Amino acid sequence: MHELSVTQSVVDAVIDRMGDAEVRSVLLEIGKLSGIEPDSVKFCFEIVASGTTLAGAQLEIVEPPGQGRCRTCGEVLSLDDRILLCSCGSADVEVLAGTELRIRSVQVA
Amino acid sequence: MCVTCGCGDEAGTRITEVFEESQGQPRQGDHGRAGGHGHTHGNAHDSSPERTRTVPLEQQVLAKNDKLAMANRVWLTERAVLAVNLMSSPGAGKTTLLERTVRELGQRAPVSVIEGDQETLFDADRIRAAGSRVVQINTGRGCHLDAEMVGSALRTLDPPSASVVFIENVGNLVCPALFDLGEDSKVVIMSVTEGADKPLKYPHMFRAADLVLLNKVDLLPYVDFDLVRFLADAGRVNPHVEVLQISATKGTGMRAWHDWLCRQVAGAADTAAR
Repeated sequence: MHELSVTQSVVDAVIDRMGDAEVRSVLLEIGKLSGIEPDSVKFCFEIVASGTTLAGAQLEIVEPPGQGRCRTCGEVLSLDDRILLCSCGSADVEVLAGTELRIRSVQVA
Repeated sequence: MCVTCGCGDEAGTRITEVFEESQGQPRQGDHGRAGGHGHTHGNAHDSSPERTRTVPLEQQVLAKNDKLAMANRVWLTERAVLAVNLMSSPGAGKTTLLERTVRELGQRAPVSVIEGDQETLFDADRIRAAGSRVVQINTGRGCHLDAEMVGSALRTLDPPSASVVFIENVGNLVCPALFDLGEDSKVVIMSVTEGADKPLKYPHMFRAADLVLLNKVDLLPYVDFDLVRFLADAGRVNPHVEVLQISATKGTGMRAWHDWLCRQVAGAADTAAR
């Protein structure tokens, strides 16, 4: 259940950056390969945000898809999970996208 | 207790240095983590419709942990201390491996240990009895160690220069993979009794590993464990990972493990000298 820590980190980081401003929404980027469950983050967010300047804020999550490049044949491929396998048979794949875990923006009053 | 989320101070992180037998229970004088339990308890705000403005932040969610991890890394490098983060499921044999490693390696390099568990001082007592300095982190409800906990434990432990610190993470094959502690190496321990399918079931953990120790290989004749499949799947998830087969209770494979550690110690000394 590391989503609770991750959500706490989101709320702490927003408070650090925005001070006393009342936050109405948060746009979060959670890549498909990040190992974080967006639904769990949504579940935790309401609880963690309660009693802070983020109380009642909307949480919007975008999920960038996974993408990688095969180090053996050079092909760029889309990745659905952490088991990286190129059609050439090589498992030596460099992950290019999908591991994002980033706060993109907030809307404040 | 906090009425918002039900958490209480008794559930917060505690760091305890263990000097003698404690029968597994924290004693008076344990100190909690500074800064309370990480959130405030004001009143809810009105949420009536209004004009808002968008502020771009573009900030990594774990930026604070990563910054503290980097500070730990600098602190360790300055002292030429090698830190090894040991991660596994509960019961894979982390503490048994550490007991043997402390006894056998302790003569070649000073060793100390940071123990992570949700509750009790059981493991710290075992490590202390094996002859190592040890600090226990009790995470309360936490399912992993983070860089702040390890930073506090390192300052309590104050390891000598040119030594090895083992960080025994909370038993869990999921969450610890995500949190950088400032360690030099991540070692994943898996036992043959857990089944050969774990690399594909928990790819984040196996991908994060610098070394995989396959433990309890003395039980291979008695369990249904497909070693060839396990090695192939570990390679699919992490093509460059090294796998060593060991038995922490019987001593099998300990020489290869010690040799691996000694190479890491030499690497840490080189980095410190630069």
